[in-house]
Amino acid sequence: MSALRHPVSPISLAGRFGAYGGRYVPETLVQPLEELSAAYAAAQADPEFHAELRTLLEKFAGRPTPLFLAQRLTDLLKGPRVYLKREDLLHTGAHKINNCLGQAVLARRMGKRRIIAETGAGQHGVATATVCALFGFECVVYMGEEDMARQALNVARMRLLGAEVRGVDAGSRTLKDAINEAMRDWVTNCATTHYMLGSVLGAHPYPSMVRDFHVCIGEEARAQYLAAENALPAALFACVGGGSNAIGLFHAFLSDAGVAMIGAEAGGRGLQLGEHAARFNGGSPGVLQGTYSYILQDDHGQIALTHSVSAGLDYPAIGPEHAALHDSGRATYVAVGDREALQACQLLARTEGIIPALESAHAVAAALERVPHMAKQGGVIINISGRGDKDMGIIGRELGLTHGEKF
Amino acid sequence: MSRFAEIFSRTKRERRSALVPFITAGDPSLEGSLAIALELARVGADVLELGVPFSDPLADGPVIQRSSERALARGVHLDHVLELARCIRAQSSIGLLLFGYYNPFLRMGLERFAAAAAVAGVDGVLVTDLVPEEAAAYRAALGSQGLDTVFLAAPTSPDARLQAIAQASSGFIYAVSRTGVTGARNQVPAGARELVSRLRRHTELPIALGFGLSTAQQVAEVAGFADGVVVGTALVDAIDRGAQTGGDAGAVHAAGAFLRGLNGTPSRT
Repeated sequence: MSALRHPVSPISLAGRFGAYGGRYVPETLVQPLEELSAAYAAAQADPEFHAELRTLLEKFAGRPTPLFLAQRLTDLLKGPRVYLKREDLLHTGAHKINNCLGQAVLARRMGKRRIIAETGAGQHGVATATVCALFGFECVVYMGEEDMARQALNVARMRLLGAEVRGVDAGSRTLKDAINEAMRDWVTNCATTHYMLGSVLGAHPYPSMVRDFHVCIGEEARAQYLAAENALPAALFACVGGGSNAIGLFHAFLSDAGVAMIGAEAGGRGLQLGEHAARFNGGSPGVLQGTYSYILQDDHGQIALTHSVSAGLDYPAIGPEHAALHDSGRATYVAVGDREALQACQLLARTEGIIPALESAHAVAAALERVPHMAKQGGVIINISGRGDKDMGIIGRELGLTHGEKF
Repeated sequence: MSRFAEIFSRTKRERRSALVPFITAGDPSLEGSLAIALELARVGADVLELGVPFSDPLADGPVIQRSSERALARGVHLDHVLELARCIRAQSSIGLLLFGYYNPFLRMGLERFAAAAAVAGVDGVLVTDLVPEEAAAYRAALGSQGLDTVFLAAPTSPDARLQAIAQASSGFIYAVSRTGVTGARNQVPAGARELVSRLRRHTELPIALGFGLSTAQQVAEVAGFADGVVVGTALVDAIDRGAQTGGDAGAVHAAGAFLRGLNGTPSRT
């Protein structure tokens, strides 16, 4: 038997978080992934790379973002003080720009001038289109047609920025299908093209590289919180689609054992398969789109359809590092339904004057439920990963705020 | 000697390359696939690649994507594909390679799958999104049942990887003619011949070439340097057209006619 003849694989396993992660791709993509890994390792060791990225993050994107004490929300909840990490204030309106700037500098070092990306809510697509305009790159963004319909504003933004938006009419016509199509493009054009993957998903090195570009969220938040409270927060709250904003916030606190970490997944309309995107509530380990992690699937290993009011959370797999954090118990993941997220969005708007993206509203909802039951001393941090402008069509309709007016 | 080894040594003796058609199991129907498989065997197919439908076929172009969607819409899953293989094996000695994405195999359980595949008379398996580095458990499970593990080699694979691919493969190696997804092209890509000759330096295993091959002329050209020629998209398309006008019978007729056209011979019966 061949397996016994050559029992030892000549190449070691790459990019594992416990049992999760890895590299499950067609052979054609292994070498491009190796080249990306090598280019990223070289960039990490190069002070010039970090200096250029830091300058772009400060002068172009608007880092550092504030850590804001939400006093009226704190008074309302009667628990620990609630702080908001304001990633929604970044250029393009969400944390996604951190990763796109990092990958853009990297792509230029690799000599790749054509960029492809997938997008769900359109925030990563807009951030990608933005950095491509800034760097003078050709830009193609794949987007499910259902997402194009519900995030029409972001489609127009991408086009205004010079990107080509290619609608994907396959499967559930959402983020998962956009990733399939982006991978088909990459497997065809890998010699000239960089795939600017937008979350901590996919094959190695993406989950760790994208995380690294977002750890600034948690590093800033930790220092800001220490400066304000001279202590560490009791808990962190972040929404988890693929999980990039959550891992970005969590990472700097991983060795702070007293800091609880709560990831909010999309509970959608209910916890039957097909009605939600809560991978830790009915999902199981499997392989999708390059990585081994928790996925929503049927008994035959076919990937399940998902639903969330928030396009950015509407995806059947979760980043592999979250799978490891879940299994180890270091982080806790909860499902937040569409209705709770919409209510949390409205509450934050009215108590703090901040309209969060529907994705981030899931994190707010998870905090609203837990903070009143926590010990009153100290505080918590909620990551407001993006702003809600893009969601006004859905929010207006769902909350009955429009009276016949059209957006 | 494994069936694949026997088949490729026979085709070598006959100074020809093996003809390896791909069909999606369950498109247009499971009964149709059985009849198509037997017809393909009758008109000269040496190895049949039986595609296991998957919801997210990211290495496939639109023709095979749609074929996979049609099979899934009929409720076709891995259990059915194994039953189809068993029915084919009961009536034919054609080489049988299951061709699919990793998750359905993983979900069934690699050991359970390997045992069921061996009982069904499958000869080997190719998993599109599984590379040798990630395949230790898979190779152990399939190897213990005497199943061959066929891996892909790509034009982007450097020599060190080709060596690893050759070591992990048994039965034969599937060389991908070009970067990209499955789909018919007009010409044999320039890099295909080079990939096959690079691969030969690392292996004595037979090498089948696939991706983009669809015409008798291409098949004849590839036969000059590869041990097997895989034809997928164009055949799947022909089957779909046949099924649209003539149902399962139309699909069977279209498949047979297509393969005879490729072979340049009217029939081998």
